[in-house]
Amino acid sequence: MVERLNAWLREDPFRLPRAFFIGASWLLLLSLLFPYWRMTLQAPQYPGGLRVDVYVTHLAGDVNEVDNLNHYIGMKKLHEAAQVERFLAPLAIGAAALLGEALAFTRRRWAAVLSLPAMLFPIIFLADMYYWLYRYGHDLDPNAPLRLPPFTPPLIGVGVVGQFRTVAELQIGFWMALMASILIALGLHFRRAVRTALERHQALRIGPLILVPEGARA
Amino acid sequence: MMRWKAFTVIPLLLALLVAACARGAATPAAGLPAEAQAVIKDRGLSPEDIVAALRTYVPGGKYDEYIMFASGGHSGQVLVIGIPSMRLLKVIGVFTPEPWQGYGFGEKGTLEVLEGGFARGKPILWGDTHHPALSETEGDYDGQFLFINDKANARLAVIDLRDFETKQIVKNPNAISDHGGGFVTPNTEYVVEGPQYAAPIGWEYAPLDQYKDQYRGLLTFWAFDRQKGRVDPDRSFQIELPPYWQDLCDAGKKVSYGWVFCNSINTEMATGGIEEGNPPFEAGTARNEMDYLHIINWKKAEELIQAGKYEVINGIKVIRLPTAAQEGVLFFAPEPKSPHGVDVAPGGEYIVVGGKLDPHVTVYSFEKIQKAIAAGNFERDPFGVPVLKFEDVKEAQVELGLGPLHTVFDDKGYAYTSLFLDSAVAKWSLGGSYRKDGAEPWKLVEKLPVHYNIGHIAATEGDTVSPDGKYVVALNKWSVDRFPPVGPLHPQNFQLIDITGGKMRLLYDMPIGIGEPHYAQIIKADKLKPFLVYPEIGWNAVKMAKDPNATEAGRERVEVREEGGRRVVEIWMTAIRSHFKPERVHIKKGDHVIWHITNIERARDATHGFALGGYNINLSLEPGETATIEFDADQSGTFPFYCTEFCSALHLEMMGYFLVEP
Repeated sequence: MVERLNAWLREDPFRLPRAFFIGASWLLLLSLLFPYWRMTLQAPQYPGGLRVDVYVTHLAGDVNEVDNLNHYIGMKKLHEAAQVERFLAPLAIGAAALLGEALAFTRRRWAAVLSLPAMLFPIIFLADMYYWLYRYGHDLDPNAPLRLPPFTPPLIGVGVVGQFRTVAELQIGFWMALMASILIALGLHFRRAVRTALERHQALRIGPLILVPEGARA
Repeated sequence: MMRWKAFTVIPLLLALLVAACARGAATPAAGLPAEAQAVIKDRGLSPEDIVAALRTYVPGGKYDEYIMFASGGHSGQVLVIGIPSMRLLKVIGVFTPEPWQGYGFGEKGTLEVLEGGFARGKPILWGDTHHPALSETEGDYDGQFLFINDKANARLAVIDLRDFETKQIVKNPNAISDHGGGFVTPNTEYVVEGPQYAAPIGWEYAPLDQYKDQYRGLLTFWAFDRQKGRVDPDRSFQIELPPYWQDLCDAGKKVSYGWVFCNSINTEMATGGIEEGNPPFEAGTARNEMDYLHIINWKKAEELIQAGKYEVINGIKVIRLPTAAQEGVLFFAPEPKSPHGVDVAPGGEYIVVGGKLDPHVTVYSFEKIQKAIAAGNFERDPFGVPVLKFEDVKEAQVELGLGPLHTVFDDKGYAYTSLFLDSAVAKWSLGGSYRKDGAEPWKLVEKLPVHYNIGHIAATEGDTVSPDGKYVVALNKWSVDRFPPVGPLHPQNFQLIDITGGKMRLLYDMPIGIGEPHYAQIIKADKLKPFLVYPEIGWNAVKMAKDPNATEAGRERVEVREEGGRRVVEIWMTAIRSHFKPERVHIKKGDHVIWHITNIERARDATHGFALGGYNINLSLEPGETATIEFDADQSGTFPFYCTEFCSALHLEMMGYFLVEP
């Protein structure tokens, strides 16, 4: 196994970082199909709880029921949140993935900037999510039947609203995007290491893997 | 002296101690936590009580294994009861308007259902519900529909078990009372409504001295359209019978598929008249030693209908008595006088007749009946109906005790018969292929006292081709001293009996305080797959389809138009926690109002009511349901309308004003 891998790398040492970039762009694309974030609302009269799943493209779960409950505190309907983001998300993810993919086919140094959108995607998602949570908890209708002091539902973790205990958790889609980020970072690191090794005519090994053999040249 | 005392006293004390220990060990309570021991002691419970309590206790949040559908008697309703807990789960409004379910209080669809049961236009808003019948597929309950008859007015109702609501009531166009129904043929091809008190066809007037010529019984085969979930009167037919007061009926199954059996109690054709010195009915109908078991070939009857051998009377096809007698549709076999139940064994081979005034159940063999018919060895009664010879068709007679009425079956080859006069349930062994355990066939095994005056008896999956043999329920007419007194009108008493062991064991008494139920059927709970909420927003619960007047959120509106010289106000309203929309409806006295309300909720149990005081209106809007009311605003004034289901913390605020300007 290791032998075959080494033989494969001997032909082109950049194959390892390239594999990381390609893997990352596919992971990011696939994450479109999975929820990134979930809020579960638990209350005595809802055995099993109510659930809202946030995908980068849409919302799923008990959205209508949660909307109906939220109207008592004057919260806006969930569908109205992040409409632009949800519209742009498939394009943005597609573009980010494409850029990541492009990275695999160029060795130019400056090309590292192409990785930024894909690498930063999880952080952008969390920041945007926080923004909307903040807005929804602060922009409450003053004419609602129940008036609450402004609040921000937790981005991650447990909160309490009325008789509801809310549990916010990151979901598989987010972890996939995060994994893509890490793969890109690793890819960039190896790409640099391979290039440096070739320039300095040094061997590069990771455990049993021989990335750059003795005496190889760029 | 001292020593002598010690020698007697010490062993005596030891003996007492041992006895006390032995007693302690013998009670099943030993080993229970101290708190349980204390409860048992405090409440004076016997070991049998404790076992019965454990057998019937279903912890909160856990479900019963079986669901029983019991007639609600005079309440005109159906009771839904969990078994073994004997908890009342629901009361289904059937022949009687039921306010909680919004059944018959303004909602158009339900008013039309009730109108289907009016007698020549006369409103009849109660019913004497007798025999619930679950729909069957290949002789097994399929959990889709429930049927029940109203004895007082000869009507049949269809309940859809997707939402446990009544969808149709049909009035028998030719009979004014019935009894032997409803029960279904093995694939619910027909729901059969058997007659009871003979009357001229179409309940026309005829003096009693023309009883023999003018009075008749009618056995009705209501064709059931499973796709539509409705009885189809156009495909239904009736068979004219002699005025013998037919009683209970049952459908043949498996080997006896295609046949129906009914008892009769007045082959004497007594016409009463105690006030004129005649024997009263109770004596006149019991003069003969034998009445007639009616044996009906409904497959043959279908052929006669196909062949056009019928008359249409009041809109329904009727096979006249001479045709039925001559064409092999109707046969009689003598049965001990004035029997009650006729019950077909699970495999269809035997027909069991409960003697009532005779201490036996009489068992007929379907095979022997077929042989006797084929042999042509019969005489004819005064109406020309072939009468088979008792000895030719009888399989066995089993002496059970006094007042055998109705028989159900288990899965081990035993039958359970209610004994009205003995106030007992008799367990007895079947014979033939049912006898695999080597026990003596056709023999009384055990009698269990019940409390009191048992009428019908129901068994788990008992009327199917494969009974479960777990429980029977004794449907007792009298409770006398079983419950705390609640005035002279006593509750009825449903008693749950465990039949899984060698001996029957009484487990539970359930008081029924709403009418006198007659029969019940018990289905395995997991066969029922009801909606938790209606499948779509805007569901019409009578038509079981999306309502064209379903109101979408955001499309609420009030339209006013002129129609035939009057103002028609049509309202499309939504209901959701905790408001109606619109909340103000402003009209003028004399306007005709058509008002559609849709509950746009999707949450389980988020039902809203809608009450409009002064106009006799109350609706139940279950999640997704659309209901329509239509009325003339004949009173001016200010009418608050409000939600009658406590739906939310702001439920009281869920209201609006209906303003009718003079």
